Amino acid sequence: MSAANLLSIRHVGKHFGGLHVLQDVSFEVPAGSIYGLIGPNGAGKTTVFNLITGLLTPSAGSIDFQGASLIGQQAHEITHRGIARTFQNIRIFKEMDLLENVMVGMHEHLNYGPLALLLNSGACRAAEKRARERALELLSWVGLDHKADMLADNLSYGDQRKLEFARALATEPKLLLLDEPVAGMNPSEKTILMEEINNIRNRGYGVFMIEHDMRFVMGLCDRIAVLNFGRIIAEGTPDEVRNNPEVIEAYLGKEDAA
Amino acid sequence: MEWFNDFWSTYSTLVFTVGVHALLALSIWLTLSCGLLSLANAAFMGIGAYVAALLTVNLEWSFPAVLLAGAVTPALVALLIGAPVLRLSGVYLAMATLAFGEVVRITILNLEITGGPEGLNGIPLVTEGWHIVLILAVTIYSLARLRRSKVGRAFEAIKEDEIAARLMGINVDRYKLLAFTLGAFIAGLAGALNAHFTFFISPREYGFENAVDILTMAVLGGTTTLIGPMLGGSILTLLPELLRSLHDFRSLVNGAVLILVVLFLPKGIWEPRRIRAFFSRNKGDQA
Repeated sequence: MSAANLLSIRHVGKHFGGLHVLQDVSFEVPAGSIYGLIGPNGAGKTTVFNLITGLLTPSAGSIDFQGASLIGQQAHEITHRGIARTFQNIRIFKEMDLLENVMVGMHEHLNYGPLALLLNSGACRAAEKRARERALELLSWVGLDHKADMLADNLSYGDQRKLEFARALATEPKLLLLDEPVAGMNPSEKTILMEEINNIRNRGYGVFMIEHDMRFVMGLCDRIAVLNFGRIIAEGTPDEVRNNPEVIEAYLGKEDAA
Repeated sequence: MEWFNDFWSTYSTLVFTVGVHALLALSIWLTLSCGLLSLANAAFMGIGAYVAALLTVNLEWSFPAVLLAGAVTPALVALLIGAPVLRLSGVYLAMATLAFGEVVRITILNLEITGGPEGLNGIPLVTEGWHIVLILAVTIYSLARLRRSKVGRAFEAIKEDEIAARLMGINVDRYKLLAFTLGAFIAGLAGALNAHFTFFISPREYGFENAVDILTMAVLGGTTTLIGPMLGGSILTLLPELLRSLHDFRSLVNGAVLILVVLFLPKGIWEPRRIRAFFSRNKGDQA
């Protein structure tokens, strides 16, 4: 195992009955970097995320995180191991306020027992207070701390994405999976988010994102893998990928022989 | 004081029933707060009532021990059936728990020790007002603590989005089982208390209709706070008494009230956010 690789995906396949969604997918996400997964609609990108986070089990291949296999682990166990994600179709807890949303992410790190909880012991109060402060800090990272007691349902679309971001960070992940983080955002929101993702990487998190927006991906990622019809067709630095003929063909179609 | 004595001798059972129904409504509030539409609470109440009554009548256990047994037994049953049943969700869970309730009712109906369809007679009247008040107070306190802790947040997260909750590191299956079991514990406690002030219990009191009644209490009162279910339980207990003069039309009016509440107050009678919004809007009009 090379210590530099946070996540190793080797020869992973996934089929639903006769439908092969992923075939022989292999790539490595290095620690301390921003890694991108791109590809046309329906290429199987979100399936890759669902396999990593334990919502689906691969039909073939292996997925290792920090040198240990993730196969057969339940979703919450994988979160405890240090992988957090956001969703393409935002899944915040709408009936909770922002602070509570983020504090849900801290669940595993609040280890007071049932008796301490019932008696409201000093240890329990201190743990809850620490969690609240940490949640506020995370909200301030994404610029939402002034809305901490607002109901999440009342947030704008872009703010809901940011909240999901803070909530994912609350699980104290080593690797953050972002599923189309800028979908539906306007250019200025995108630029701000780009800075924020860069900041997060600089704080020592690994980032692995699915994204359609080429400018965003090319400007941010250290390495990129391209998925098309369930197979990896290219992998490398943004420049290598940009000039790969197979990638150009997948996105723009083939030039006529004439 | 005389008027109080008169009042009490006529209505003490009714007041006790309000307390027991508040407990039952809280028991189903707990499972609902975790997103579980379970209709097993009437059956859990029945198990608690029968276990407690039999221990008092046959073995002459002390009342605290009887109450504890009446709460722990249904909780253990919930733990056992929870693992398979809680794989279901939504109406499928409601159907499975209803079926479980029928199994319990028919079992009680056919056992010899429970007195079959004739029920159990002559249960000593040992429940006193302060027992109910104390247990209700402890229950409210514990649930309020639960709500403000990581457990309450986990329940709420599961209710809103199970997959997101899983990915936040919450062991969803375990928390669902916890909500189901604690709900059974409270329902059993209510049953044990109830059996010791009604003198008589029969399988009829723990069937389908009662399961729906308990759910209605919580829905009518509103499930966003702890006050809602208790309010709903009290209203549904007192309303039939207040409407006594209407004789046969009683259940008609009862039903009409329910329909109106569901139509116009879909989140229940007690919903602080709506009440606050109402008052701030009125203030805005005056300004």
